[in-house]
Amino acid sequence: MTFDYAHLLPLVPEIAVLVLASGILLVDLWLKDQDKGVNHVLAVAGLLVAIGLTGLVGGGAREIVLSGNYVRDPMSDLLKIAILVVSLLAFVYSREYLRDRQMLVGEFYVLTLTAVLGMMVMISANSLLTLYLGLELLALSLYALVAFDRDSPNGAEAAMKFFVLGALGSGLLLYGMSMLYGATGSIELGAIAQAVAGQGTANEVLVFGLVFLVIGIGFKFGAVPFHMWVPDTYQGAPNPVVLFLGSAPKIAAFALAFRLLVDGVPGLHADWQGMLIILAILSMAVGNIVAIAQTNIKRMLAYSTISHVGFIFLGLIAGNADAYAASMFYAIVYALMAAGGFGLLVMMSRRGFEAELLDDLKGLNERDSWQAAMMALVMFSMAGVPPTVGFMAKLLVLEAVVSVGLWWLAVVAVFFSVIGAYYYLRVIKIIYFDKPDTTEPLLASTGARVAFSINGLAILVLGLFPAVLLTFCQAAFTL
Amino acid sequence: MQFAIPVLSLTIWLPILGGLAVLASGDKAPNVSRWTALGFSVLTFLVSLLLWSGFDLTTAGMQFVERVPWIPAFNAWYHLGVDGIAMPLIVLTTFITILVVIAGWEVISYKPSQYMAAFLIMEGVMVGVFSALDAVLFYVFWEAMLIPMFIIIGVWGGPNRVYATIKFFLYTFFGSVFMLVALIYMYFKSGSLSILDFQAMPLGMTEQILIFLAFLAAFAVKVPMWPVHTWLPDAHVEAPTGGSVILAAIMLKIGGYGFLRFSLPITPDASASLDWLVIAMSLIAVVYIGFVALVQQDMKKLIAYSSIAHMGFVTLGFFIAFTIFHRPGDDAGVVMGIQGGMVQMVSHGFISAAMFLCVGVLYDRLHSREINSYGGVIHTMPVFGALMVFFAMANAGLPGTSGFVGEFMVILASFQADFWYAFLAATTLILGAAYTLWMVKRVVYGPVANDKVAGLKDANGRELFVLGTLAIAVLALGLWPAPLVEVMDASVQNLVQHIAVSKLGVAPTAVAALP
Repeated sequence: MTFDYAHLLPLVPEIAVLVLASGILLVDLWLKDQDKGVNHVLAVAGLLVAIGLTGLVGGGAREIVLSGNYVRDPMSDLLKIAILVVSLLAFVYSREYLRDRQMLVGEFYVLTLTAVLGMMVMISANSLLTLYLGLELLALSLYALVAFDRDSPNGAEAAMKFFVLGALGSGLLLYGMSMLYGATGSIELGAIAQAVAGQGTANEVLVFGLVFLVIGIGFKFGAVPFHMWVPDTYQGAPNPVVLFLGSAPKIAAFALAFRLLVDGVPGLHADWQGMLIILAILSMAVGNIVAIAQTNIKRMLAYSTISHVGFIFLGLIAGNADAYAASMFYAIVYALMAAGGFGLLVMMSRRGFEAELLDDLKGLNERDSWQAAMMALVMFSMAGVPPTVGFMAKLLVLEAVVSVGLWWLAVVAVFFSVIGAYYYLRVIKIIYFDKPDTTEPLLASTGARVAFSINGLAILVLGLFPAVLLTFCQAAFTL
Repeated sequence: MQFAIPVLSLTIWLPILGGLAVLASGDKAPNVSRWTALGFSVLTFLVSLLLWSGFDLTTAGMQFVERVPWIPAFNAWYHLGVDGIAMPLIVLTTFITILVVIAGWEVISYKPSQYMAAFLIMEGVMVGVFSALDAVLFYVFWEAMLIPMFIIIGVWGGPNRVYATIKFFLYTFFGSVFMLVALIYMYFKSGSLSILDFQAMPLGMTEQILIFLAFLAAFAVKVPMWPVHTWLPDAHVEAPTGGSVILAAIMLKIGGYGFLRFSLPITPDASASLDWLVIAMSLIAVVYIGFVALVQQDMKKLIAYSSIAHMGFVTLGFFIAFTIFHRPGDDAGVVMGIQGGMVQMVSHGFISAAMFLCVGVLYDRLHSREINSYGGVIHTMPVFGALMVFFAMANAGLPGTSGFVGEFMVILASFQADFWYAFLAATTLILGAAYTLWMVKRVVYGPVANDKVAGLKDANGRELFVLGTLAIAVLALGLWPAPLVEVMDASVQNLVQHIAVSKLGVAPTAVAALP
């Protein structure tokens, strides 16, 4: 095994994020309390650089480096850029909130950036070990972030639940991985795929291990029946953390599922397809129905996440290149919508006031009609109403399942999406039809306003011209 | 005849851009938004007249076609075009929108710019529905229509508006998602998303029946047909006047249009075997809903139920075709039935708009829609009273008004199908007269009921202009329907020939292909 510096070239974006995180950790030591804003500037600038670098080293055919442990392909390029962009949005939204609560400290940025790094490693993993490494880096950073407001009992409770269930999920995943290794004798995904193709489903250890892999994936996605941590964590965590936790990691979870199931065990497609169908239907059903009963908008959006996970699974279930592209499109679009939805909550929170109840949005149209219109776009998009991009995403995954003859699954999916439309409409009702308790204008920084406008308009523009993003998604699976 | 300018795109995007401009103008100077909205709506109407003037009567093919790639990944095109069925409905849309903008002029004081913008955007989207020839494009417009109407009812509606608007949205959303699955299924069968390709493609019987039912779910809710009509009275009662007008005059027509563009030509065999279902639903709408209308105390609710009954005529006219095919002899009744349904749609667009505007005029003064609150309005509002009586007569189908033409054609055609269809349909002449005229008697005639009515002022110039324009339209279509019938003639003839041919023989294996 020889080491060549050229092998590190595809890792430049990851290296950049790591340098950024370490840099902020150091710089923060010398910053006075009133200068903590420098952290924010550094993080935003660093992410922009990382996006640029990903674009520069990206493109072109698949490359496998570091002795088969790491892969860079068009899919990883696109997903990394999506994660970096969503994280950037999260930073911009959160600045005011963090400053008002004395949370604008280096640790927040460091933890978030290590989480970003973990996601990037997951996306580019080509062996079970790298995959797990990235996953744990992400998970550990998130556990700490959820408890970031250390004086909040809700935050501590949320972090504890998240940690226990997350650790359980990781454990199950690791157990499944060990069986996979035992059955195939390799931790490299390509080699595993070949070994699986050789022995097929005859090997019971393999199928047994697959069950644990799917359960682990279900935990990380928050799919029913492994969703228990999602609403509690969302409710307890500080708004900026929920914003981050609810958006970017869904993209990473898609990568996790894709790397494990499609890159790793494509030969067992028939087996994991059946498991994912059950998870998808349960997620869509429970997510959409339980969300109706929520009065806390963070919990409502948590259940909404669960239902969207069901839709992301639909593309994986279908199992062809177009379907994976549809699923990836959905995951990216969902992250964008979630960033918008939680972003508004972050912007609406003021010093000593956390916007988390549905009623906190009352009469937003009278307080700020532009932000209200953007939020309405986000909600219509989550409900899947054209001309927003949420509809296009749903259309694509539905097409994917119909294309493999599972049209009954499409009928089930649209049925639950109608049920789901109700609670998104209720948010719009609260924004537009109710009278506000206060006429105070929103105290959001210009940066957050601009970011929110871009976010909302992107949802509309991508809905009208989905080809802009879809072309990249499809290119990722045809090369 | 091809136009150098993209007339259809202009008719769609001009009002939408106008709506955004009005939205941007804000509420600081309400008059600016009102005049901008009026300007854009008039301009759009003028543009849409180009469709009528440049229309080629001799062909049944699509005209003013525009076709640009949209989403290459799944072969979706920005594909627009109109035939004789869609074109009159587009002109109706642009015409009614002007009246709605004028009718809401000073009545709407809460966020007038958002109100005007919602109607302009709505207009563009509805024109899009009528002109889209690509299934995804159609569906995008079809669903996008719900957003402005949801906001209109919810923001400017009556006390129970939240319930009404959510019910409206969910009902229509529920109906249409099944259509979406059917459209996707056909995309995989044909490899194309063009509605024209769907019409030409062979389909097996099981497939046709499932697709037909999916379409029925979407269109029956929209029309609305009994028993999925219950959202309509709620939505109408709570909607502001303009919302009711657009809902009754245009949105219901989109359901009828869907039957002609999708159900009949794409699934002719399923339509033939399930026509009894639609006919039964239509006749129940005509007879039963007629009785329901009779007992209403709320004027808007009464007109809403009368709309359902009148739309029953439309669907009856469309679906008696197959009974006539089965009977020996002349098939001329088929064409007459479909044309009658079309005339009825346009005419109902004028009359229901006028009736809702009349109620709006009264409501703006007394803030009550109850019939009991009125009485003897003619004594204090003579001009308005006369107009309201005229529209009521038209609603009851008085010869000489447009209401008569459509109903008469449909009844005549149903005689060729089955005596009992015609008999039941003709009861509307009695029922319609009964509920409409009884309402008029109680509201307009009689002694002045109370002090409030005694203090009423007659309609002002703005209201008279709106109602007068509609009165002219109703009379014109009633006395001389020929231009409208001519415009749609080629397309309807073509449609009838198309549905007379079974799609089954072409693809004997298609049934097996269904998973």
